[in-house]
Amino acid sequence: MLTEFGKILIFIIFAIVFVTITLFLYKLIRPNRPTHEKQMVYECGENPEGSPWVKFNIRFYVVALIFLIFDVEVVLLFPWALTYKEFGVYGFIVGLIFLIVLGLGMAYEWRKGDLEWARPEPKPPKLDEILNPKTEIQNSN
Amino acid sequence: MYQYFYDLTGNTIIATLIVAVFPLVNVLLVALIGVYLERKVSAWIQDRIGPNRTGPLGLFQTVADFLKMLQKEDATSTEIDSKLYNIAPVLVFTGSFAAYAAIPFSSKLIGSEADVGIFYVLAISSLVVGGILMAGWASNNKYSMLGAMRSAAQIISYEIPTAIIVLSIVMFTGTLSLDKISDMQTASFWNWNIFGGAELGLTKFLMIPFMFIGFLIIFISTLAEVNRTPFDIPEAESELVAGYFTEYCGMKWAMFMLSEYGNMFAVSAIVSILFFGGYHSPIGYLGNSIGVEWLIPFEQAFWFLAKGWFFILVQMWLRWTLPRLRVDQLMSLCWKYLIPYAFVNLIIIGIISLL
Repeated sequence: MLTEFGKILIFIIFAIVFVTITLFLYKLIRPNRPTHEKQMVYECGENPEGSPWVKFNIRFYVVALIFLIFDVEVVLLFPWALTYKEFGVYGFIVGLIFLIVLGLGMAYEWRKGDLEWARPEPKPPKLDEILNPKTEIQNSN
Repeated sequence: MYQYFYDLTGNTIIATLIVAVFPLVNVLLVALIGVYLERKVSAWIQDRIGPNRTGPLGLFQTVADFLKMLQKEDATSTEIDSKLYNIAPVLVFTGSFAAYAAIPFSSKLIGSEADVGIFYVLAISSLVVGGILMAGWASNNKYSMLGAMRSAAQIISYEIPTAIIVLSIVMFTGTLSLDKISDMQTASFWNWNIFGGAELGLTKFLMIPFMFIGFLIIFISTLAEVNRTPFDIPEAESELVAGYFTEYCGMKWAMFMLSEYGNMFAVSAIVSILFFGGYHSPIGYLGNSIGVEWLIPFEQAFWFLAKGWFFILVQMWLRWTLPRLRVDQLMSLCWKYLIPYAFVNLIIIGIISLL
């Protein structure tokens, strides 16, 4: 006898088999006449310049981190949301405290500017300017 | 439906496989009709004619496209990471199709009646992000890489408002099963969750404005999760060619398209289940009034598909009406507006449903 999660597994296997069979049929039907131009990476007709596997903007990483925090918290809230009515006001307040702590974390991130996509350029003080504060004015006439 | 096929074949696995064919046919039909409608709707909105040569009114355009795609050469680069490149379409399609296992098409046609329902749908859709990142990385192409990174950032960001609104519906209804959530909204459209559910008296009327806000938030964020305009910077044609599937051609590309349209229908279905009564008819059943029992599941399937298609048409209408958002606008919309509003909405719905 199959459980309900067994049925889900069958759905997943069904999808994988469907794609595999379709791509296999496609492989049988399609022509295969490679040339040098066809085997190049597409870059709007130009010869590809440099590798795409480069260092990426750190913002994506920060967004992924914040997402991780919130997602874990949402997962923790699901069991609470299912059962809080059984405990009445007490059950709700327990969840509310959790939500408030989260809200504080969110406010902290917001204040720190981690939710900003384009952060303002940091301006570290330069030693020259501190030692000779008037030189810059003379240079700029 | 499952019980019927189980009685017919006497084997649980074969019965489930037959049930799984229905969502697959649905996904294929959504892609076939959806691509055609997308082109026709855009043509009507922009005062053009659209496809009109293949068959009457161009109805066979997508079929012709499909046959053409099947014969296309797979012109892939030699510099790709071929293992990941070939796994990516499988993963993306599996992620979008597996969500259909928990979505009830009618009270009789549902793949799996597992109690975790909506939670499972949220979890399994994350496979798509993995597939997209794989496709972008393996293609060895700058457009693909940029598109994949943007797409992943966007999908994971907008998953949080979606999950919070789902959470508030779970608090309101007290169940995770999509089948039970639909069943609570039976009889008439006045019982839909967007009109405060089947509650009575003051609670219902207090609930209505917050349910409307919740619906707006989940509609916007699901729109972003399936990368539709105005949130389509991952595949912005004018700057990134096609985003993460730039390097794919022929049937492999078609798999991405298929999963995209499958996802469109899935999120429309989920929004309609959570707020608009799912498969239940807004005006009562013909089968009930003339006393024909077997007609009811077919009517339910009709209403379910009608609601799903209604939201797909709204998505298309938005696509050809609104301009694209910038990356920073996209992120601040999610983190600074949708998530705080969704949180406040969650707390208020929690208090009201406790009354």
